[in-house]
Amino acid sequence: MAEIKVDCTGETCPIPLVETRKALRKAKEGDVVEVIGTHPASKKEIPMAVKSLGLELIDLQEEGGVWKIRIRK
Amino acid sequence: MAGKTTIIVHSGEMDKVYSALIVANGALAMGMEASLFFTFWGLQRLKKGALEKGPLSKMNMLGLGKWMVKRRMKKAGAASLERLLQDFHELGGKILACDMTMQIMGIKKEDLRDDLISDYCAVGTYIDEAKESTITLFI
Repeated sequence: MAEIKVDCTGETCPIPLVETRKALRKAKEGDVVEVIGTHPASKKEIPMAVKSLGLELIDLQEEGGVWKIRIRK
Repeated sequence: MAGKTTIIVHSGEMDKVYSALIVANGALAMGMEASLFFTFWGLQRLKKGALEKGPLSKMNMLGLGKWMVKRRMKKAGAASLERLLQDFHELGGKILACDMTMQIMGIKKEDLRDDLISDYCAVGTYIDEAKESTITLFI
């Protein structure tokens, strides 16, 4: 089980969503994709995409305007 | 998740091409299929080297307005149209080129970004794509 990290710090719409999707497409089943970023709307929208894709949201944390989302494929 | 988004890209202005590519990439990112049907002024943007060449749809002011908006977008960390188009292609989005526009405007296949275009087609293909789409837009 690999862990794939995606850094979208400083990026805005739609990049965090698109980069998350690109990483999830490349990941194998069971892999964990960890996305970090600062774009406020993406913190809400990446979990929406995870739900639409039928995947598992493991964790969502935010500290000082930087959020971290972990997804299992 | 099932579902599909089909967008007619009729406009060639920079801001409108941004809208089309952002929505289309969003659809792919949320797990939908997406098709972009480029026609008229939109198709001009698929000519080699022309993607970023469109003016602003309002307050272009001979390019000054566009320059100011581009500068602000860069500061905000917004992606270039080229990056959005490449992402769209990488995520499996379909790019369709209107062949009637090509005839009318004298555009040849070799003038266009042929490597990105899935098909050269007409209204029948748009309807075929749109009839199974839950989201369809004309931009």
